[in-house]
Amino acid sequence: MPTSDGEYEHYEALVVGCGPGGAAAAARLADHGIETLVLERGTAAGSKNVSGGLIYAEDSAPYTIDDLFPNFREAAAERPVTEYEIHNIAGNKVKTFDLTDLHEHDTDWCDAVLRRHMDSWLEGRVHELTSETGGGVLTDVRVNGLLRENGEIVGVTCDELDPITADLIVAADGVNSELARDAGLMDWEEPDEWFQGVKAVVEMDPDVINDRFDLEPDEGVAHLFSGDLFEDVRGGGFLYTNEDTLSIGTVFHLDSLVAEQAEPHQLLDALLTHPLLSQWLGDDYRELEYGAKLVPDSKKVAHREPYRDRLVLVGDAAGQMQAQGPIIKGMNHAVTAGALAADAYMLTRGNADPESPGRRYTTMLEQSGTMGKLRPRRYELSSTVGEHGLVTRVSEGVLNSPVGSVAVGNPIAKRLLAKAYNSPFLVGMLPDTETGYTTLPTIIGEQHGRTVHWENEVEPPSLEERIGDLTYDTDVGNPHIRLQDNSYEASGAAVYACPVSAEDFGGGCYRSETVKTNGSEETLVSLDTQPCVECGTCAIVADTEWEHPRGGKGVEFRQG
Amino acid sequence: MRSIVLTKGVPDFSEGAVSFDDEGHLERGKTPTVMNPNDHFALEAALQTRVRHGGHVSGMSMGPPSYSSVLEEAMDYIYSDDSYLLSDRALAASDTWATAITLSAAIEKYQEEVADVDVLFAGFKTADGETGHTGPQTAWCLEWPIVTHVVALDIDPEARQLRAKRLVEGDVDEIETVEAPLPCVVIPDPEFSPTYRKASHRLEHKRLRAATQERAADHEAYLTTWDHEDMRLDPEYIGLDGSPTIVSSVDPIPKAPSERDATMVDPTDDAQMTPVLEELQPFAAGD
Ligand SMILES: Cc1cc2nc3c(=O)[nH]c(=O)nc-3n(C[C@H](O)[C@H](O)[C@H](O)COP(=O)(O)OP(=O)(O)OC[C@H]3O[C@@H](n4cnc5c(N)ncnc54)[C@H](O)[C@@H]3O)c2cc1C
Ligand code: SF4
Repeated sequence: MPTSDGEYEHYEALVVGCGPGGAAAAARLADHGIETLVLERGTAAGSKNVSGGLIYAEDSAPYTIDDLFPNFREAAAERPVTEYEIHNIAGNKVKTFDLTDLHEHDTDWCDAVLRRHMDSWLEGRVHELTSETGGGVLTDVRVNGLLRENGEIVGVTCDELDPITADLIVAADGVNSELARDAGLMDWEEPDEWFQGVKAVVEMDPDVINDRFDLEPDEGVAHLFSGDLFEDVRGGGFLYTNEDTLSIGTVFHLDSLVAEQAEPHQLLDALLTHPLLSQWLGDDYRELEYGAKLVPDSKKVAHREPYRDRLVLVGDAAGQMQAQGPIIKGMNHAVTAGALAADAYMLTRGNADPESPGRRYTTMLEQSGTMGKLRPRRYELSSTVGEHGLVTRVSEGVLNSPVGSVAVGNPIAKRLLAKAYNSPFLVGMLPDTETGYTTLPTIIGEQHGRTVHWENEVEPPSLEERIGDLTYDTDVGNPHIRLQDNSYEASGAAVYACPVSAEDFGGGCYRSETVKTNGSEETLVSLDTQPCVECGTCAIVADTEWEHPRGGKGVEFRQG
Repeated sequence: MRSIVLTKGVPDFSEGAVSFDDEGHLERGKTPTVMNPNDHFALEAALQTRVRHGGHVSGMSMGPPSYSSVLEEAMDYIYSDDSYLLSDRALAASDTWATAITLSAAIEKYQEEVADVDVLFAGFKTADGETGHTGPQTAWCLEWPIVTHVVALDIDPEARQLRAKRLVEGDVDEIETVEAPLPCVVIPDPEFSPTYRKASHRLEHKRLRAATQERAADHEAYLTTWDHEDMRLDPEYIGLDGSPTIVSSVDPIPKAPSERDATMVDPTDDAQMTPVLEELQPFAAGD
């Protein structure tokens, strides 16, 4: 039974968030017999989450999700990925490389998942395991801050519950972690430290999927897309097969979205309506759900010492999301980190220094090689040059010159390129510049590609329809985001970068309007949080005071 | 903590479900029975007590055998542990007085044979009778204190005392805090809302829900039926014979005319607005 710590309710361990990171931490804590309470703000775990999502089980990882949750693959996942391809696109020309080698590097298995189904299955298991310890999982509870005593973190405060203290607090509250910010460990400052992911889940009969993708029922495919179909916005697209749906989406560098003033939903539509996709989407496109979420770039933000006092950060909250070239690995690292944090606590249990679990966890992240994957040294070396622009300028210049293009375009290069793409070493080193995302794929497409003439008949829903199809439980009169500065200079970027807003669209979150005052004209930004999908973009690109809605309120994803 | 929640079936007055004969009399047989909507607040209060203090909750209802469905609904809703149905032809046509006599006899039998009761929860008015008498009359028969119009409830099991916030005169403008010794009858107001601000309470709530889902599926096994003989009640004092109240007639509420005339008025047009304002003027003073 939980004890009352003086005036507060007390649990030995408290886990905030029931995504893969929180679920792994809680399961491992329960394995150790530690009384564990899990608080999740969604009305069910997964109702707030969006992922691509391929979940990897790496050979080298100390923990994989099926280690912690036997039967995970059968019960919670969609199709395994048995085929992996990248398509370099230049206009209507497409050059496809088989990326199976890169995909299979260090991979025991890899399955597509939908987060609502996956996370609520995990929630059920976690509740069973933690109930045995005297704890359990509570949904509809939002943790809104840290509880401190004499300046030291000792617990959390919530919208729905009285404050709770704990010996270990695991912040597994995702990319927009309010706890990591409250602790001063993460910030919401620089757009270039984040990606924005946008995704549509598309209904498709299993037989049609098997037929159109040439698959057996227990097979699945991953397609990646890069090149000029997204104009100059740095990022790419993906398509994964689920049991009876497809996950199609895009992931872009947030700074690039802002710089190009791009509309995320239009970039997704550019992918959906590209001729290459018509063979798979046919003429019966039925979109079930549109969603979006920020994605941290571990190369830049993975915290090297993700703890303070008795608080430890795991998963996206700690920036542990690895973009290994086109391959995105966040869920698997969240699982590893969650389990390691639990083990670190067990190993230091009873130690009087509240920071000893955090220190041990940090060491374990290093020694298990996890931190090395998240923040590769070779990237740090190459990026200092790359981001100073020298490598970029030179390589862009060379590639765009006739000689460079021919070199990339010659038959030997063709073989080498496929090899290079499949090299985790090279891919991990690519600086995040246009070269990797646009220039190179475009040239490859142009030089080696074949032209696709198919007619794409997909008519993606409008933003208004997409918002209309989402489920919301609006906290009327209690907006979770407040605009601090409504000038266009400070907050105008949100009008286009917000995935549910657009210039000239009155039904989104952010709108701009020009007002005349004393003869001068000014463009002002206004905000209505009702259609918000809680992605976190405007916490970074606009001047806002940003919080999650109260427990159970706001958007509810059915697919994720 | 041991409590009993009184609940009752009423005709389902919702649109489409209710059926009247040509003379406007309710056709009980054709109208499905549902739980009295106001009993939900009693159930919420009983559940809150159960979650916070543990113990045992029994659902109790007086009515025809078909009311067992109402008790089953109650089990589903408050996670009650078992159900008691007071059912017998001799009890038919009881008014609130005869009902109170029967209920208090049942509670006394329960105390003798099952366990002492700490709190008796009852709904505030029924949807068919609308008298609101049964609860107070039962309290009177039992000689227990009663607190009505309760909007918040705290129980101190050690001190055997409860503290309730209640609406004075049933009005939200005035709230008083009262204390009463246990056992006590509590009638929650429709404004009652349970609060669970402790994680342990919410976990208990969740645990009970899971346990109840299994139980409610096999409700018959948890149902005890008592007739007037079981309760040692003299037929003279119960049922129709024991009911001093006679309902002379029931008037159906006339339906509002479904078609109304609407005239569109442009609020910026003075000429159009003047007659509207003139018509509204008498009401503006609050007449
Ligand atoms: C479009 C897109 C594609 C992606 N593709 C992939 C992919 O293919 N493979 C991959 O591995 N990763 C992918 N990712 C990244 C991956 O989704 C994340 O890295 C992963 O979900 C991180 O897990 P987590 O447990 O740290 O956080 P999350 O999964 O975000 O879970 C956090 C949980 O905490 C809860 N929470 C948040 N705040 C509070 C609070 N204050 N109180 C209570 N609860 C709270 C949330 O509701 C949520 O359930 C993708 C992401 C996006 C957006
Ligand atoms: S309002 Fe902000 S958090 Fe909400 S969807 Fe738009 S950008 Fe994302």
